[in-house]
Amino acid sequence: MALIDGNSFYASCERALRPALNGKPVIVLSNNDGCAIARTAEAKALGIRMGDPWFKIRHLESEGLVALSANFALYGDLSERMMHVIGQFSPRQEIYSIDESFLDLTGVPGTGREIGTAIRSRVLQWVGIPTCVGIGPSKTLAKLANHLAKSLPRLEGVCDLSGLSHERLMRAIRHVPVAEVWGVGRRLAPRLQELGIQTAADLACADARVLRDTFSIVMAKTARELAGESCIAWEDSPAPKKQIMCSRSFGSPVGDIGGLMEALSVYTGRAAEKLRAQASMTTAIHVFARTSFFRQTPQYSGSAVMPLGEPTDDTRVLLAATRQALRKFFRPGFAYAKAGVCLLDVQPRLEAQAQQQLAFDVQDSEADSRQVNKAMCVLDCLNTRYGRDTVKLASSVHDETAAWQMRQERMSPSYTTRWEDLVEVWR
Amino acid sequence: MSKPLPIGQMPVECWLVEAAAQCGFPSPADDHTQRRIDLNEILLHQPAATYYMRVRGTSMRDAGIEDGDCIIIDRSLEARHGDVILAVIDGEFTVKTLFKRNGKVSLKAANPLFPEISIREGQELSVWGVVTWVIKQASRRGGLR
Repeated sequence: MALIDGNSFYASCERALRPALNGKPVIVLSNNDGCAIARTAEAKALGIRMGDPWFKIRHLESEGLVALSANFALYGDLSERMMHVIGQFSPRQEIYSIDESFLDLTGVPGTGREIGTAIRSRVLQWVGIPTCVGIGPSKTLAKLANHLAKSLPRLEGVCDLSGLSHERLMRAIRHVPVAEVWGVGRRLAPRLQELGIQTAADLACADARVLRDTFSIVMAKTARELAGESCIAWEDSPAPKKQIMCSRSFGSPVGDIGGLMEALSVYTGRAAEKLRAQASMTTAIHVFARTSFFRQTPQYSGSAVMPLGEPTDDTRVLLAATRQALRKFFRPGFAYAKAGVCLLDVQPRLEAQAQQQLAFDVQDSEADSRQVNKAMCVLDCLNTRYGRDTVKLASSVHDETAAWQMRQERMSPSYTTRWEDLVEVWR
Repeated sequence: MSKPLPIGQMPVECWLVEAAAQCGFPSPADDHTQRRIDLNEILLHQPAATYYMRVRGTSMRDAGIEDGDCIIIDRSLEARHGDVILAVIDGEFTVKTLFKRNGKVSLKAANPLFPEISIREGQELSVWGVVTWVIKQASRRGGLR
């Protein structure tokens, strides 16, 4: 089993279409240009840590630091390309995140190193993204091997921990701090260290019963995985989400209910799109808005949950609920800095409708019309075909310069997703 | 099944034909329908490795690549002698013809005003991709821009 991931993925995407950035320290900033969320090796060498706020590292621009606003249209497209290329190497692939993918190497000809090297060079040539490949008998070991491939330059980006004897495997992972193990992290590491479990090898050899009783069955599983036994199931397709969230921090604070409603309308529309994309319905919406914790202004955090009566995936119904919710908790006189919606109790459309019919025994024409929400269908089709927001509800029409709009002052063009933004070759 | 069948012991074969009743004349083309020609089929050899860019300047004029043209670049192809390629030189993109013969590597413009760029020994030529198609707009009414 292999885990392939992109090195400093967002920053590498920027470099892929802007070769002038090669060799330069580059960071990508989070929404509203808040803090560093991706750093190239050169940026790390300048001492920039993950999550460093922009205003604290801004002075490094004089040392050549290039900071860019996150361009998720670009990252999404390059991610899709990268995943497609990786998927060519095996029929079984699990896309784990925007830049990580598991690959089942069972039956794939070649040694782990050969396959890993081939994947790396093809992704680099076709997509321009440098990657690392970790291979192991379990997902947890593949993750760990990937960590080793990244941190030890002599491995040249590929680390294969499969086919090792127990003794050699333990020798390979004896220097890896336990906090680096997938599923352990910084929160649980100190408690493991108290038990004398400092490294990945220590955890692999720890008493299963102690782990299960002190922590959980999950920790015992992690230990077995580290010892080379595959326990974590393969997920060919991600399970549909049970909750769908859409929230943002504002570019500048918003004080009036009109501005808040505008922002919340957009977020509600997005959440509803995601809901329909996974063919689900919701029965309640949670709406919230709050002031900034970082500002010396009066603090307020308001929220309300609106039940929807019957399961729905209709943006119009959700918007009416959002509006009601906002009227319930809105207090004037505060500088709101963030707002969002969360769709609760999300369930597959077919299940939701079946329950509905059982409950009311409705077989009339109204029930039939509910099968597919035609207006929403047309809305989604048009937006898929002609681009996002080609058609939208009147309440989410807003001024492009609205205060709540995200600050993205340093965003690169959408080179691969907009005709207007194509790279121009001048030489 | 034009007349009612008596219910018997033996199973009876029934044909279900999925077709609407025809009124008027059947189209003689019905049996010959094929998918309409789609440009993507020839322009996109490997979609995951295909990129579009816009050319500025006149360095490739004599090769038919002019200012404002859109080029299609395939990164899955290995560049060979004579290919028009997108290369990276000093961090900048450039479109040129790859010359690779007798141990000599250079990039040739298709315009006498532009000098040949020779790649010296030890200097690395970075080929970004191979230019496979050039899209030129003949009329402004076509849509694009």
